Amino acid sequence: MSTRLKRLVFWSLFLLFVIDAAVIYTLGTENDSGKGFLSEEAKEGKLLFQKYNCISCHQIYGLGGYMGPDLTNVMSTSGKGELYVKSFIQNGTQRMPDFQLNEKEINALTEYLRYVDKTGISPVINFEIEYDGTITQKSNQ
Amino acid sequence: MKKEIGVTFIFLSIIALLAGLLFGSLSAFQFVFPGLFDALPFFKNRPLHVSLVVSWIFLSVLGGIYYYLPKYCGLPLFSKKMATLHFWLFFITGLLILTSYFLGKFGGREYWEFPPVLAIPILISWLLLLINFFKTVLKKVGQWPVYLWMWATGICFFLFTFTEAYLWVLPYFRNNLIRDLTVQWKAYGALVGSWNMLVYGTAIFVMERIKGDESIAKSGLAFWMYFLGLTNLLFGWAHHIYIVPTAPWIRYISYGISMTELLILAKIIWNWKSALQHEKKDFYFLPYRFIIASDCWIFINIVLAILISIPAINVFTHGTHITVAHAMGSTIGINTMILLSSVLFIIDDVTKHQFSATEKNTIRTGFWITNFSLLIFWVSLVAAGAEKGVLIVENQLTFQAIMQKINPYLVAFACSGLGIFLGLLMVSVHPLLIIMRYFKTKKA
Ligand code: HEC
Repeated sequence: MSTRLKRLVFWSLFLLFVIDAAVIYTLGTENDSGKGFLSEEAKEGKLLFQKYNCISCHQIYGLGGYMGPDLTNVMSTSGKGELYVKSFIQNGTQRMPDFQLNEKEINALTEYLRYVDKTGISPVINFEIEYDGTITQKSNQ
Repeated sequence: MKKEIGVTFIFLSIIALLAGLLFGSLSAFQFVFPGLFDALPFFKNRPLHVSLVVSWIFLSVLGGIYYYLPKYCGLPLFSKKMATLHFWLFFITGLLILTSYFLGKFGGREYWEFPPVLAIPILISWLLLLINFFKTVLKKVGQWPVYLWMWATGICFFLFTFTEAYLWVLPYFRNNLIRDLTVQWKAYGALVGSWNMLVYGTAIFVMERIKGDESIAKSGLAFWMYFLGLTNLLFGWAHHIYIVPTAPWIRYISYGISMTELLILAKIIWNWKSALQHEKKDFYFLPYRFIIASDCWIFINIVLAILISIPAINVFTHGTHITVAHAMGSTIGINTMILLSSVLFIIDDVTKHQFSATEKNTIRTGFWITNFSLLIFWVSLVAAGAEKGVLIVENQLTFQAIMQKINPYLVAFACSGLGIFLGLLMVSVHPLLIIMRYFKTKKA
């Protein structure tokens, strides 16, 4: 393989990468169906979620630590919801620490989780497997 | 003569490895026995573990590069001072990061959970490396061997992905969860890709030295493999986010690219077939033995990686311990084995140290304990993940009930994790002592 060819392959890949990144930063991720729920409080909550490292035990869309449950849809799961969430955050459990949060922080975290809930579904449980190994989400029952 | 800066990096890397494994073992036990050792709770232990073992990978790989360039590639470092500055900047920032974890001060995200300002000195230290590396290697006349390409790629892309991982500080990215998650995991995919470039480059370098055959690193095949790896680094990361509601093409590209790993798999099998006759006697040479172990782990982990990149399988495995099996299998089985090989090679080289029979025995025993424990560790994680995945998708049990069910696997996981720690302790204790003796002679 000549050095010229190597350079050509490398820079072509790099160019594709830059284009790919540009589209992903914009069009590929434009669809945020939770947008309407991203209040100032929810934005605050998102930073608190990082500040207290909730992600070391919890997942959003399956991403994060596995000690606790996925929180993507905890606000809309039947039998859970706002009061349920707040009581966990306020008190902790045997496994989950009580972070001694004040009311403002608890509300912000809850608002953030409300926003997260509106963006989509996780885990995906209602799907059909296609012949090529991909899946399609069935509409909810 | 002064101390080799590369060896100083290696010394710190081994300390980071052992400390990281200690915190890792502790967090694994906290996972199964809640309330254990509350002075250092799980949510502090986990980042301590992750950051320290990631430091092990980077420090040992960079120590190797600083050592190999002048010694073996005929390329004296552009600036030794810069390398020393890189070391101290990294070391001091590292201490600050560890302190922030102990105090429970986070603010970042997975992998980089420390307060974001601490990313600045890391970025600066990496820029020093970048300048030093390119000022050094651009002097090379003639064809670059593939490992120089790989190191150059790894260093550049780390800088890129590290920056990309911090795009969230801009509201444009932060205030759209879908964009935020996608860009975050795009960056992390490339991050792992960039350290793999550095590590695999090192593996090829060490193999070339052991075999005394320079054509290994210059063949056309070696370069096609490199480009295949690069393509995966650039475009194959989206299996992390199959279930995030992005535009579907993001998933399809990644799915397609991930399947090209089948070619890598085929090449490994082909290599084995042709190499089987020669390997036996070399196996007694310690650095070589670790490379062979990494080869076996590459095989096992690529099979798993290919499987979990298929969306229909990924829905079951995503968000379960199978992901952990994949991550740990690769970082311990592949990266750590290769890096230990490089570390042993350097120690052998720099100290002209002949390992005594006892030292060799300790290292060999450690080698077997590590690999055997890792196998149990890996299988328990896969089993725990598979069971959890199926139970979640069937959606019948509560989270607590699921965790209860997979608990026996997680106990096996925690115990074998301790085995890995002990095994690697046995492997690295003599190297540490040898380096300390070497430092002493350099001071005198
Ligand atoms: C040390 C691990 C850990 C950390 C850190 C943690 N949690 Fe938890 N959390 C858990 C566990 C485990 C559970 C499940 C209850 C149990 O088994 O104790 C849980 C349950 C929850 C629940 C109820 C979820 C459900 O579906 O039942 C919510 C809401 C929650 N946590 C929010 C948070 C938030 C917000 C943070 C950060 C401020 C956080 N957690 C930090 C471990 C943790």
